[in-house]
Amino acid sequence: MIANQIMFFLFSAVIIVFSILTVTSRKILRAAVYLLFVLISTAGLYFMLNYQFLAAVQLTVYAGGIVVLIIFSILLTSHISQKFEPAGLKKSVFSAIAALTGAILSIVTILDYKFEATTQAAKEVDMKVIGKSLLSVENDGYILPFEVISVLLLAAMVAAIAIAKKSAPSGTQSTTLKQE
Amino acid sequence: MNAGIPLQYFLILAAIMFFSGVYGFLTRRNLITILMSVELILNSVNINFLAFNRYLYPDKMDGMFFSLFVIAVAAAEVAVAISIIINIYRRFTTINVEDVDEMKY
Repeated sequence: MIANQIMFFLFSAVIIVFSILTVTSRKILRAAVYLLFVLISTAGLYFMLNYQFLAAVQLTVYAGGIVVLIIFSILLTSHISQKFEPAGLKKSVFSAIAALTGAILSIVTILDYKFEATTQAAKEVDMKVIGKSLLSVENDGYILPFEVISVLLLAAMVAAIAIAKKSAPSGTQSTTLKQE
Repeated sequence: MNAGIPLQYFLILAAIMFFSGVYGFLTRRNLITILMSVELILNSVNINFLAFNRYLYPDKMDGMFFSLFVIAVAAAEVAVAISIIINIYRRFTTINVEDVDEMKY
């Protein structure tokens, strides 16, 4: 067995075990930590696929940003020691049937299909190429989605502030305006 | 580079991850755990994009940029979702989806 095969099976074992634990664990903080393990192993897979930049983005944005945000909101809204009551038997059985059917169906389809790779030479994806094509209008340029995503991030930021802000009790706003 | 690891292994791994996310989405009742299941689903889709890009079209970069944008959208989605969850918690002091039913007629 080659070294990278061993690495791949290690990462996949971690991903499969911990993603199942994430959705079945009865303690919410543990579920969040299991999710963190899944995301870090996914970054390892990206490194194996030779996408270093995306692996770094995965580690910083997902593992560093999103999981921390989720853990913060868990600490704000739940008691750590509190356990969920398990989902009802009927509900979990039917959900398991749906998930298993979907998984088996897609795995059978994947094993059945003949994938054909192009014969073109592989392109080296380094930081310079990524930066140039993000801001280029030529072929292989991605400036339109880049601009759209920046507007989306701005909108999301404004929305998050506007929603999470404590709404002032009615009547106070006009008085503060008068005082000014 | 990836000697001995066929493309199918990546796809099967992503399928298992996706459907465990679907299972969590269907069974969980806490809003934050539902959000975590959605993260699992998005992440498995990213693995698929990158594996297809590397194995089938190594001369292009579309898969990589698509997953980059998926990551950005997921970050925005989590920020808005958590602000909504915190607002719900303020009003109802619970984030259990079955207790938050004020807008049901």
